[in-house]
Amino acid sequence: MPSDIVLRTYALGKRYKERWAVRTLNLEVPRGEVFGFLGPNGAGKSTTIRMLLSLVTPSEGRVELFGLELHKHRHDVLSRVGGLVERADFYPYLSARRNLEIVASLIGGLQHHAIDEVLELVGLLQRAEDRVKTYSHGMKQRLGIAQALLGNPELIILDEPTTGLDPQGIKEVRELVGRLSSERALTVFLSSHLLSEIEQTATSMAIINMGELVVQGKVTELLSTGESFVKIDARPFEETRTLIGQQRFVKSVKHINGILEVSMPLDQVGTLNRLLVHAGIEVHSLIPRRSLEDYFLSITEGTTDIR
Amino acid sequence: MLLILKHELLKTYLKWRTYIGFIAILVLVPVAEVALKLEGGSMIQRMTRGIDEDFLLVGNLFNGYFVTQFIMNALWVHIPFLISLVAGDQLAGEATGGTFRLLLIRPASRGRILLTKYITTLFYAFTLVVFLALVSLGLGLTLFGSGPLLVMGKTFTIVAANELAWRMALAFGLATFSMWCVASLAFLFSSLVENAIGPIIGTMAVIITMLIISNIPVEVFRSIRPYFFTHYLTIWQKALDDPIPWKTIGNHLAIIGAHCIGFYIITWYIFVRKDILS
Repeated sequence: MPSDIVLRTYALGKRYKERWAVRTLNLEVPRGEVFGFLGPNGAGKSTTIRMLLSLVTPSEGRVELFGLELHKHRHDVLSRVGGLVERADFYPYLSARRNLEIVASLIGGLQHHAIDEVLELVGLLQRAEDRVKTYSHGMKQRLGIAQALLGNPELIILDEPTTGLDPQGIKEVRELVGRLSSERALTVFLSSHLLSEIEQTATSMAIINMGELVVQGKVTELLSTGESFVKIDARPFEETRTLIGQQRFVKSVKHINGILEVSMPLDQVGTLNRLLVHAGIEVHSLIPRRSLEDYFLSITEGTTDIR
Repeated sequence: MLLILKHELLKTYLKWRTYIGFIAILVLVPVAEVALKLEGGSMIQRMTRGIDEDFLLVGNLFNGYFVTQFIMNALWVHIPFLISLVAGDQLAGEATGGTFRLLLIRPASRGRILLTKYITTLFYAFTLVVFLALVSLGLGLTLFGSGPLLVMGKTFTIVAANELAWRMALAFGLATFSMWCVASLAFLFSSLVENAIGPIIGTMAVIITMLIISNIPVEVFRSIRPYFFTHYLTIWQKALDDPIPWKTIGNHLAIIGAHCIGFYIITWYIFVRKDILS
């Protein structure tokens, strides 16, 4: 019976001279899920992905895919994995089809229709014979996903696939990732530096910062655990504070630079808003926040050192 | 393996850079041969001055074979440069283009990918030397006609015209081997860097340095000359000696082969351990 965990790392680490890019990383990616790998730029996401795909040799620890150690079973393991590492780079003087044929030759060769199928999936079949140098960035990213899908992998690893795309391109890639997971029962390992992207796409997630794992688990659980609060900017100030403080669902109220920070369940935000408006209070802004989101924002802004 | 090799060859031969060497030959060889044609036989007269007092030289000595032999001296520096343009790009070019990230995450092992790239590199060197042979001999025989070949060295030899077809084939065959050594060195340098300029400069620097040291008329440098692979770049000249020194050719081929294998093993050692960061 296949394991429920398709990817597992054991104390994985990579050191460049004296600097640890990744250290003691223990990840578990459940089968069939979209796993978000979140971290600010320079957190060690790409280094981790390079180790998962055998581009970089770990300095410590090991990678296990489908229950097999990557180092010892490289061929068997990578036959079941597709990947797109950072920007999608191809041979610009060759057609998209020829580029995919090159990738297919490294898998052992694929039928013509298999290449057509992945090109169709990413909406590039009509442009298959065009040279890649005529492609836009978004088309190259889609072609990057197409090559990752060659050989019907069970797991695809995508490293920030939406980077540099316009909003429409981002939407298309997100929808494609969702379709791959639901229709093809693929496990998707998706790295991003945007919490919103992971929130919208992933079912499980891990956060990495400064090369170390911060937290991992189900997206819904991680985003619901911990304190939730609402930042409120309303006038008159004292009246607002008094009214809010009288509500049963409110745990505490803090005053920070003219903004009220109200600790409360997020499902009561609508109720609170209605109360304030009915009381004739002028609400300038009302921003629901979760501690994880704030925490992630703080590390991405470089204001918190998690060590 | 054959499928990967097929695509490596396609990648190389569909690239514009690959044809720089062929174009250079297509320009330089006709220019050199036309210039020789315009100069007439004065070159032969200068070379045979002194000899013609003791020997009666008959027949067309200023012929296509002689001109080809003259052009083959490009195998010292010019052809190695053209070979390093492509050989130096084989690995470094993938790093520059970011396409290692496409290739090396697939089941095919790095060793296998490296081997197909190396075979492609050797095949390119072979096709370039064959092209040089076809252009220089074809145009040479057309412009200057056929005849016996005058080979000038410490002694002079005249090779009969009826032997020259297979001797020239042998000379270009041996030249291919020596160019494989150059290609292997450029291929090795290509594994060290992420820009194709470095391997080209590195290869040419090694060749020119070795040639300069070899030609300094000091005994200590003369004695180390056999340890430089550049010493064997002229192995093709042995095909025009009379009699052909088969034993020396065998020894030189073994030394060239050892260099090629040595360079390849070092490349393999570097490449399979290399972290792909590009």
